[in-house]
Amino acid sequence: MDTKKNLAALLFLLPAFVVLTIFFFIPFFQTIYLSFFDYSKDIYSPDFVMFQNYIELIKSPLFLKTIVNTFYFLILCVPFLVIFPLFLAILINQNIKGKNIYKIIIYLPVVISIVVVAIAFKWLYAPEGLLNFFMESIGLSHIGWLSSPKVAMISVAIVTIFKGVGYYMMIYLSALMSVPKELYDAADVDGAVGFKKHMLVTIPHIMPMIALVSTMSSISALKVFVEIYVMTHGGPLDSTKTIVYYIYEKAFENLDLGIASAGAVILLIIVMAFSILNIFVFEKDKYSI
Amino acid sequence: MKNKTKNFLIHLTLITVCALSLIPFLWLLSTALKGRSENIFAYPPVFIPHDFTLENFKEVLRLVPIIRYVINSFIVASATVILNVILSALAAYPLARMEFKGKKIAFFAILATIMVPFQTIMLPIYIITLKLNLIDSYSTTMGYLGLILPFAVNAFGIFLLRQAFLTIPREIEQSAVIDGCNSLQIFYLLLLPMIKPSIALLVIFTFIGSWGEFLWPSIVLTNEKLFTLPVGINNLSSTFSADYRLVAAGSIVSIIPIVVFFLALQKYFIQGSQEGALKG
Repeated sequence: MDTKKNLAALLFLLPAFVVLTIFFFIPFFQTIYLSFFDYSKDIYSPDFVMFQNYIELIKSPLFLKTIVNTFYFLILCVPFLVIFPLFLAILINQNIKGKNIYKIIIYLPVVISIVVVAIAFKWLYAPEGLLNFFMESIGLSHIGWLSSPKVAMISVAIVTIFKGVGYYMMIYLSALMSVPKELYDAADVDGAVGFKKHMLVTIPHIMPMIALVSTMSSISALKVFVEIYVMTHGGPLDSTKTIVYYIYEKAFENLDLGIASAGAVILLIIVMAFSILNIFVFEKDKYSI
Repeated sequence: MKNKTKNFLIHLTLITVCALSLIPFLWLLSTALKGRSENIFAYPPVFIPHDFTLENFKEVLRLVPIIRYVINSFIVASATVILNVILSALAAYPLARMEFKGKKIAFFAILATIMVPFQTIMLPIYIITLKLNLIDSYSTTMGYLGLILPFAVNAFGIFLLRQAFLTIPREIEQSAVIDGCNSLQIFYLLLLPMIKPSIALLVIFTFIGSWGEFLWPSIVLTNEKLFTLPVGINNLSSTFSADYRLVAAGSIVSIIPIVVFFLALQKYFIQGSQEGALKG
């Protein structure tokens, strides 16, 4: 009986595990394996070089720059994606008319492909584009949104924020719905009003959700690629080149598989730090046996 | 604060945010509707076209097989959705409902996949895809399979459905066991219909994810006949970068299907994302 039950369970799991083995587990170990080989001299007969690729990366100014760029991008997006959607969710959660229409419109950019969003912004960012007209009309000078190395990353971050706000707003809305009404009544009795009421009641209650949104948005910031690929190709002067972009270039343009894999392992370690926090602390109910 | 002023300020803020969410797309639409005689760089910018025309749409549909891209995206997204539903449901059931040897290992193996971003393992995935001939230069079917199979199942889907199975009371299952049903019958006839809402969520979010996916198809695709929308539109935007009217028209056409899909199912979208079910 027991063996029969074991067999049944394993059969149910089998199809998913076949796919995960071919397209996840094997590639995962292969990434680590490839990172110990040097492909730069001859792609068909790589040399085993131990940690040489890692050492080379750590010494490479360009790779270090992509790490700095990635974290700069993270710092530009994450605080905004944590705070602003919460603010919107609190507004929408009031007893107001037209709630659903607001939700739908603010959520719209989430469903549209990032490629199209990036194309739309490229047009807004054009030297003679709408945004520079706006700058001019409020008495400021034109900005090289995508052509100035100082500004380009900020422009990319705006696109990521634009695409993400609706998504995180919805997550906050669900958390807000779970705040017990009695808590607000209690705050009323104590004489708290408006904004203060939220600081006292709402924020502590949805603190776990705020933490979750912070790690989720950090993880997706660390993986940023498409916005950059479509709008700047990592330029100008590598100012928007991120870790994933670097890995992509090394792997698929330079065919330097060893260096690309070592870069991927480094990114993996950084992302894992955030995901472990997510899985074992913030969402431990969902991911426990 | 007076209630009326407060309400007014809330609406004002939300309307501003809504306007900001729409402007990039409306500006694209406006550009797409401007005729040859109209300067699309005019100062001050013109929102309502003077020389209103649908010519750009006709032109872009004539020059670029956008409808082909839509069909490709639809094939890939639908197949990805079907595989995800089947594989996730099958895997989620024993994880939620059975005790068996190796359950912990299976559970943590799946959990581990959440921690590893696709971007860090895409190179070996590409190598494997080439080795299995899952590429468009081999055959059209293999090309489609190469776009679909790497995304045929993912941990978020499995955990979503596992959560759903966990909420079903055990007694329901026990009475079926007494009636002599086997695991497969219990799974298929009894439990699966009970988690329909979660399956609907999985369908919607997998579809959106697959529809918008760019990185993987841009790596594997070589044949324009198999381009999905994001790859096709990106290609169009570099080919016609000198003529933004056409890029804009193509982009607008490309978002119509997904916007219709979204508006038709908005109820589920809003419920679903409020359950915080899936992560992008």
